[in-house]
Amino acid sequence: MNALVSMSGIEKSFAGVPALSQANLEIAPGEVHALIGQNGAGKSTMIKVLTGVYDRDAGDVHLAGVPSRISTPREAQESGIATIYQELNLVPLRSVTENIIMGYEPKRLGFLVDWREGNMRAREVLMRFGIDIDVTEPLGNFSTAIQQLVAIARAVSLDAKLVIMDEPTSSLDASEVEVLFGVVRELKKQGVSVLYVSHFLDELFQICDRVTTMRDGRTVSTRNVQDTTKLEMIADMLGRNKDEIAADGLTDFAGAKAKKGDIVLRADSVSTGPRLTHFDLTLHRGEIVGLGGLLGSGRTEAARALFGVDGKRSGAIELHGVVGQPSGPGDAIVNGVGFLTEDRKAEGIIPDMSVRENMTLALLPKLASRGQIDFAREREIVQAFIDDLGIKAAHMDQPIRELSGGNQQKVLLARWLATQPDILILDEPTRGVDVGAKREIQSFIRSYVEKGFGVVLISSEFEELVEGADRIVVMHEGRSVKELTNPGVTENILVRALAHHEEGTGSWNAQ
Amino acid sequence: MLDETAFDLRKYLRRNSASVTVWIALLALILFGLMRYDNFGSAYNFSSFLNYNAMFIAIALGMCFVIMTGGIDLSVGSVAAFTSVVAAYLSPYGIQVALPGAVLAGVGFGAINAFCIIILRIPPFIATLATMLAAKGGALVISGAQTISVDWGSNFTKLGMGQAFGLFPWAIVIVAGLTLALWLVLERTTIGRTVLAIGGSEDASNLMGLKVNRAKAFVYLLSGGCAGLAGVFLASGFGAGQPLEGIGWELSAIASVVVGGTLLTGGMGSIPATVAGALLLGLVFNVLNFENGQGTISFSAYWQMVIRGGFLFAVILLQSRVIARQQKVLG
Repeated sequence: MNALVSMSGIEKSFAGVPALSQANLEIAPGEVHALIGQNGAGKSTMIKVLTGVYDRDAGDVHLAGVPSRISTPREAQESGIATIYQELNLVPLRSVTENIIMGYEPKRLGFLVDWREGNMRAREVLMRFGIDIDVTEPLGNFSTAIQQLVAIARAVSLDAKLVIMDEPTSSLDASEVEVLFGVVRELKKQGVSVLYVSHFLDELFQICDRVTTMRDGRTVSTRNVQDTTKLEMIADMLGRNKDEIAADGLTDFAGAKAKKGDIVLRADSVSTGPRLTHFDLTLHRGEIVGLGGLLGSGRTEAARALFGVDGKRSGAIELHGVVGQPSGPGDAIVNGVGFLTEDRKAEGIIPDMSVRENMTLALLPKLASRGQIDFAREREIVQAFIDDLGIKAAHMDQPIRELSGGNQQKVLLARWLATQPDILILDEPTRGVDVGAKREIQSFIRSYVEKGFGVVLISSEFEELVEGADRIVVMHEGRSVKELTNPGVTENILVRALAHHEEGTGSWNAQ
Repeated sequence: MLDETAFDLRKYLRRNSASVTVWIALLALILFGLMRYDNFGSAYNFSSFLNYNAMFIAIALGMCFVIMTGGIDLSVGSVAAFTSVVAAYLSPYGIQVALPGAVLAGVGFGAINAFCIIILRIPPFIATLATMLAAKGGALVISGAQTISVDWGSNFTKLGMGQAFGLFPWAIVIVAGLTLALWLVLERTTIGRTVLAIGGSEDASNLMGLKVNRAKAFVYLLSGGCAGLAGVFLASGFGAGQPLEGIGWELSAIASVVVGGTLLTGGMGSIPATVAGALLLGLVFNVLNFENGQGTISFSAYWQMVIRGGFLFAVILLQSRVIARQQKVLG
């Protein structure tokens, strides 16, 4: 059978830096094909070459055996390639129907839009995926998942032969993911190919036929999903031996657990509002305390309370043995607390600022005398962290938005480490970060704690909590309900602890 | 890991392509003027051009800081009109009273803006629109809707008409000093970097413990003060407080800032390029005046405004092309 898409020997470099070299990708008709690799491995560049966003320097692209002449995204669409981006390019204020038929509206008398016909078509195409919604409502009224499905429906209604999905599940909850998978299976049944890019390897086993792994701009392997293992994929992505990883564990947290020191932080029945009603926590020096819980359990609210972002209504917070909640982030920082936020894009980086400026923002008061910044010291500190954390940037004055997610996160971590805090609150420190950077970040956290500092770790990845934390405080509906102590905690024990408090509602959904 | 190269001109140009465009446009216009008109390069034209435009530069500088935080200050034109009247009333006491008095009045309006925006959380566009109307009305009230002549006997008019050290008009010296000072504030101080961080992401700035409210108050007080200074220049340069002046000045200031490559959404900006933007806007009029003087073609004041608009459009179009090309290269 002829491949639907065949890319071979693709070369592409930016300003002399190669992004792709000898990269290959082959997608069969009606196949769900996964594309994986660390950030910066070349996945997005590969997709952009295929969809005409970039011109390739060398190599061949064939569509159904014919040399491709796609040189703009529009031509890619016309050739039956539809791309569903993470940030959806739809119009939230207009109706579902409009979003689906826009640009291809059915007409009456040659110029009047036939809305009845349009609504019918929209309903029909959504029904094919088992979605029954009021298509005349504004798209923005629906959940992210539905919006994503509408984007896919639009693609299908334009007779796409290949749908490219870039991290489609990153903002969906468990039940929404199931609906999406149903749609992917339906597409496959209709003979449409899907190129599926994801960080979540577990998903691949549920829906993908084959997986292509990229590393450093090259194609490393293409395997049948049925014949491979998660470990093998990770080994391919990292360029490491799978047996070695099996011996080490998947995270880089495991290893010597440091001895506990004095108590540095204590929260006693703290409440800040309806989303955090009763929170207890004790943190010693040399210890990582994890906060476990489902989405909306109050984990992030607890972190905000400890950092003084949300004012407390009742209860007590004790820092270094002194009672009194920080009056705000500035006060918390002065008292040796740092807070790495969950939402890197909105609450972390300042996109247009350089790596250097981003790293020293929280440190500014200490870097300046009478308001004047000491540039020599600033560059020295930044350089030291870039070397220590292995941050990959062309130079320290490069805008941070040009860095990969993992490297951005390292810069933000350095931002807090530079203030030399006694306590670091880390909210999802490895979310959206590739496997390699994840391991590195985890080992920094461990070595930081071993120096006698304390860390509060929030993570939705059970694996990370179970292997990383010395103790886990389990949270449920704004309350801390249970404490688990390592060693001895397994994912099953943690899941059971969470589940125990879910029995009342009988629901397993995150929200 | 990093190669610390010294100064790389090409890299500098690529990063600052937006502000570089305005400098090129400015130089091109100056060259055009020098080649076409005899007295264009004369010391007299040079100094009177700068003297007249000093007030627009001052306002644009304040506006630049406000815009870098992602805000806007629409009140500057009316505030300048108001403070020109204040300066005229204070002129009998001499420049040493009139200048600080008028600037303080401007800062007062800035304080009202800051209060509305920071404490009452009114969006800057609305808050400063209200102040604009209030200052305009206030100027008419305190002047009785008449131009208020300054005291020619005091040293007040020296500021707009006399020369510092017998060389440059005072207004130029003051604005040059202000430019330098604000440049240093932006590039070298904590508050400058906080201003840029707020424009980049206010949420992130708050969570980093940056003094966000203090920096926002600073920019609105600064903008008010700059408008106050412009009012002093206006009164002393024309010999009268002008309650009806200042209409549309806020838009010229915004245009100067934008042409200088500062993003309206905040987070990025350049002080020298803002000055270049203000000069460019003024120079178009200057060139057209010379063209009228030549006698071959004559443009009415109305046509001059149309031409200035077209020129501005051309520069911004060029700028966006350069940026788009640069981003394509960077990927």
